[in-house]
Amino acid sequence: MRRLLALFVIILLASATPASAQRDPILVPEVSQHEVRVRQGFTGTELLLFGAILDPAGTRSARGYDVVVVLKGPAQAIRLREKSKIGGIWINAASTDFRSAPSYFAVAASRPVDQIVDEKTAAIYEFGTRFIQLSPTGEIDPEEQARFSSGLVDFKQRQGLYKEDMNGVSISEQVLYQARISLPSNVTTGTYTAETFAVADGRVVSSAVAEVEVRKVGFERLVEIFSQENSFFYGLLAVALSVSMGWMAGRLFALV
Amino acid sequence: MDVYLPIANLSVNGLFIVALGALTGVLSGLFGVGGGFLTTPLLIFYGIPPTVAAASASTQVTGASVSGVLAHNRRGGVDYRMGMVTVVGGGIGSAIGALLFRFFQSLGQIDTVISILYVVMLGTIGILMAREAWTAIRATKGGAQPPVAKRRHHPLIAALPMRWRFYRSGLYISPLAPLILGVAVGILTMLMGVGGGFILVPAMLYILGMSAGVVVGTSLFNILFVTMVTTMMHALTTKAVDIVLAGLLLLGSVSGAQIGTQLAQKARPESLRLVLAGIVLLVALRMLFGLGVRPDEIYTVSPL
Repeated sequence: MRRLLALFVIILLASATPASAQRDPILVPEVSQHEVRVRQGFTGTELLLFGAILDPAGTRSARGYDVVVVLKGPAQAIRLREKSKIGGIWINAASTDFRSAPSYFAVAASRPVDQIVDEKTAAIYEFGTRFIQLSPTGEIDPEEQARFSSGLVDFKQRQGLYKEDMNGVSISEQVLYQARISLPSNVTTGTYTAETFAVADGRVVSSAVAEVEVRKVGFERLVEIFSQENSFFYGLLAVALSVSMGWMAGRLFALV
Repeated sequence: MDVYLPIANLSVNGLFIVALGALTGVLSGLFGVGGGFLTTPLLIFYGIPPTVAAASASTQVTGASVSGVLAHNRRGGVDYRMGMVTVVGGGIGSAIGALLFRFFQSLGQIDTVISILYVVMLGTIGILMAREAWTAIRATKGGAQPPVAKRRHHPLIAALPMRWRFYRSGLYISPLAPLILGVAVGILTMLMGVGGGFILVPAMLYILGMSAGVVVGTSLFNILFVTMVTTMMHALTTKAVDIVLAGLLLLGSVSGAQIGTQLAQKARPESLRLVLAGIVLLVALRMLFGLGVRPDEIYTVSPL
């Protein structure tokens, strides 16, 4: 009887181990638009990140997952300056450099992240604005570093460029998830990556990436290229525009 | 009406920008100042990146000055000879200013330098102007008292060698004086992102002693050329001239300048100067407030 039981346990374990590896769900992510066109009248846009979580068998998963979506804009090297009061006036004092600060960062989750994963996992996957990996350069003590990082996050948050929405993902029937993330008009152009993570038992069990291209088109693109590559003529054009507009106004009003 | 600005990389309310242009245009026609000292801070306050704001504002000031110069020219209110001298000085000054700008930028202190300059320059000029205008108004109101006899020009000016005749200004002085004035204004134009009219006008009046009728037109003539140079400098170095933003500002300011010029002919010059002094002092106080009080944004980001 005992041996029978042991055998049963072994069989159970043997069948369970590969099954648990396979049990990782498949994420099928999609973005409402893969290209955001920045053109005249662009006032920002809302991206719908949606998809399905499926069992490997392709059926509806038997258990619930939490979903976290992280949307990141192109990284930039920046210098952050901090003002302090010196001699009665506020001037730039300390500064620090970040090698790759994302120009845009948004997190949406189906539940507050601290209820889904522990601090360490959240930090690894950047589940929140305080976990953004900014790659600071130079040697500064951790405390000062933390102050600068939170300063940057706060600054970007107020520009609407960093945000987190801890109830931003809705999951229906344990299969379909969707999140709405808005891009303000002052976004940087470039390639945005939308990473979707399925989380169960405090562990990220599956992830998938989708890309969104934000680009200027038409007249706006033309102006940008012109100003960059033909800056002399661009300057002349600007001067000519202002002189001619001033002159025309002068003539028009002279008639009045 | 939302308009996307391709260089500033954000969308703004187009009507608001046109209105802002119109406001500075009226000031420009009325007082002979470019209005840059108002446009630049207001644009930054609206959320436009500071460099784009300063660069595009200088383009706008060019347009406002053209229509202002034209309007004053019709009345013979421009001393071209005097203007040419200050423009040459302005060219030299803006080159010096560009070097200083880069130096302070590398120190990370350009914002503070700009703010301090605003407070000191606008504060001093505002107070001087207000006091002078107030005495003039008091004198005319008193009726019986004759207006105080005006000193023609500063005694130091008379000490300079070589003299030219500036007929329209009613002056026989050394061209070095307006040249030095032009250099000083050129430096400030580049550093503060303004046309410099608010310095030029009082300096022409109280230091050079030019006749009041040609001060505004000649100052605008100088601003016209110096801001052209500044626009080119920005287009080549910072690449921050936003032509859409400048176009919107221009739309408002060129019409505003015409209205301002017509208003200027109706109003009494002393009251005009008192109003300008008030506006100048307000901006200076706002800047002083900004320096002394903890700013909303402790942090600033600049690309590497």
